[in-house]
Amino acid sequence: MVARKSTKKPNVSAEDLKQYYRDMLLIRRFEEKAGQLYGMGLIGGFCHLYIGQEAVVVGLEAAAEEGDRRITTYRDHGHMLACGMDPNGVMAELTGREGGYSRGKGGSMHMFSTEKRFYGGHGIVGANVPLGAGLAFADKYLGNDRVTFTYFGDGAANQGQVYETFNMAALWQLPVIFVIETNQYAMGTSQKRSTSSPDIYTRGQAFGIPGEAVDGMDVLAVKEAGDKAVAHCRSGAGPYILEIKTYRYRGHSMSDPAKYRTREEVQKMREEKDAIEHVRELLVSGGHATEEDLKAIDKEIKDVVNASAEFAKESPEPALEELWTDIIADAAPQNA
Amino acid sequence: MATEILMPALSPTMEEGTLAKWLVKEGDTVKAGDIIAEIETDKATMEFEAVDEGVVGKILIAEGTEGVKVNTPIAVMLEDGESAEDAAPAPAAKTTEAAPAAAPKSAPATAKAPEAPKANTSPDWPEGTEMQTMTVREALNSAMAEEMRRDDTVFIMGEEVAEYQGAYKITQNLLEEFGAKRVIDTPITEHGFAGIGVGASWGGLRPIVEFMTWNFAMQAIDQIINSAAKTLYMSGGQMGSPIVFRGTNGAAARVGAQHSQDYAAWYAQVPGLRVVQPYSAADAKGLLKTAIRDPNPVVFLENEILYGRSFEVPKMDDFTIPFGKAKIWREGTDVTIVSFGIGMTYALEAADKLAEDGISAEVVDLRTLRPMDTDTVIASVMKTNRCVTVEEGWPVASIGNHISAVLMQKAFDYLDAPVINCTGKDVPMPYAANLEKLALTSTQEVIDAVRQVTYR
Repeated sequence: MVARKSTKKPNVSAEDLKQYYRDMLLIRRFEEKAGQLYGMGLIGGFCHLYIGQEAVVVGLEAAAEEGDRRITTYRDHGHMLACGMDPNGVMAELTGREGGYSRGKGGSMHMFSTEKRFYGGHGIVGANVPLGAGLAFADKYLGNDRVTFTYFGDGAANQGQVYETFNMAALWQLPVIFVIETNQYAMGTSQKRSTSSPDIYTRGQAFGIPGEAVDGMDVLAVKEAGDKAVAHCRSGAGPYILEIKTYRYRGHSMSDPAKYRTREEVQKMREEKDAIEHVRELLVSGGHATEEDLKAIDKEIKDVVNASAEFAKESPEPALEELWTDIIADAAPQNA
Repeated sequence: MATEILMPALSPTMEEGTLAKWLVKEGDTVKAGDIIAEIETDKATMEFEAVDEGVVGKILIAEGTEGVKVNTPIAVMLEDGESAEDAAPAPAAKTTEAAPAAAPKSAPATAKAPEAPKANTSPDWPEGTEMQTMTVREALNSAMAEEMRRDDTVFIMGEEVAEYQGAYKITQNLLEEFGAKRVIDTPITEHGFAGIGVGASWGGLRPIVEFMTWNFAMQAIDQIINSAAKTLYMSGGQMGSPIVFRGTNGAAARVGAQHSQDYAAWYAQVPGLRVVQPYSAADAKGLLKTAIRDPNPVVFLENEILYGRSFEVPKMDDFTIPFGKAKIWREGTDVTIVSFGIGMTYALEAADKLAEDGISAEVVDLRTLRPMDTDTVIASVMKTNRCVTVEEGWPVASIGNHISAVLMQKAFDYLDAPVINCTGKDVPMPYAANLEKLALTSTQEVIDAVRQVTYR
């Protein structure tokens, strides 16, 4: 882990800090609820929880502006909530219901919102990296100054197409921020056993892409690094790499027995590094919030999450006709 | 309020499990995330975490119990101030409430497939249109140039498409007219630039991605299928991929096994794709223009040997050919020969020779393989009662196999002979000239097949 920066004087307002607390808590409670619904058989298939990594997306979303785009892999619930997608629609997609973002046809790994400029939700490790660069390519082509956050894990960082993309992104100066969420485990294989050099962000040097490591358990450090990366990309200087060192508390997916690490290792991270506890301490010790204030936020979040679970349970399964829709888009009328 | 903890499903396939061990006892206080039990699933022993804080009121299932069904209450949690007496097991009805969702029902067979497209026999262009002679190469080039003039969001990227003017000269002069912003040389990195193309299509552009040959697109097939073809469906219709992947497909001449594969059947299998393989220059032009305007990902399969062939092309300001419309090149009464792309050269040549012997062949060019105009094929076979298919690809799970199956299902009573599929041989493409010739199908094979199905 990167040493935690001094956070005695956070570079954000108390209101912002409270918002980060709220946003991170929403993700955590949402994911806990998803785990619970999975256990009840209401969510099927694969379900990859984001618990532990909340500061990454909340910190970077705080650095994003209207019109910026984001794309990620299959551990995507946190990204969707952080960019403002509706918890009801996300949870109902997890349960495979009509009220879900993809009307139940995508599932946990495949949701999209063109309105929130969230482009998935991709199940093939590494494949979203060129896709994200392609979104950035479109913005550059169209002549606007939007940036694309392209998230992937330390496991995906070993895929060949990542480096094909680094090469073209640097060559064509694409406004893309490659966000590597290093949670230290590619499914069950530790970084030590899979990755020749531990600092993945340095791999950009070979392509002339600047990068840095960031403490992913500190939302303020993430926000600060995000601001820097966004300014770089928006100025037209090309891509930027943020390797955000984080930790996932839960298994790779719901069916992961997690025998590749000790319970003590997980417990130590939770107790010493937890990003939500960190902000909670800042709020209380800085006199920005009382325990009562925080309890009220906890309650508010719990209500939102419970409502999303209710919505997801009550929303009907998709109509059987849905099997045959959305396969091919209708073409514009032709002259022949 | 006391809440029940239910036996969790801890894998996609778990229906029951063993409650191996309790790590808490009655009266213990737990926080969200604390491990409370170990459960053996069909795959592994898993730790089971508390999802909320509270006090363990009652343990309902003793450790070591095997065969505990998913959703059975295994313990009761209490909130602050509640006593264990409040923790009476909930009525059984409550547990069955969640059960139906645990076993998803399979869709009944009554869900109907979409209807087959109607046969379209309208002419491709108005009668009396002035014609000009054009090679397939010129036709493809002019289709792209016209669409790039029409729509600023259309651009082309690929290996050697710009300064080199195209490895096969399909993009000749495009760089001069449209500039380096819209005619983009890529590094040799098919997987990467195919993905960038798909991403750009989601970002508001209409990319044409040229693969120098479709053999190299095997590096990129994941992006074509998983990213481009499936996204409209996976997004519930929110976003599709308006992109054209094009390049030369199938055998050229003496380039060996890795440069000679025909991918028609591979891509034709994928829902969410359009798949086109034109034979003539008019079809190459009209179909490529349609492909560039289409909101879906299009796999456009060309052929190197056809690039230099000349055909009559209508002289029109704007001319497109719709997908899913086969073309009858030659009418006949004794047999239907169905083909597409370079296979049409064998089909038409065979028909000429057969005519000399008094056998009248109807020749159908599928033009697009997805959607496939099977109605035109069926209607033709209902007239001729016999069918031979022709393609250069491998014989197993071929386009011909598919047509045979469709005819068996929809025109069984009209068939007077089994359908014969003329295909490439079931071997990697050899280099030696004589073996390569043998590996492909041929006019003579088509003639022999027709004689067999017509018993003449």
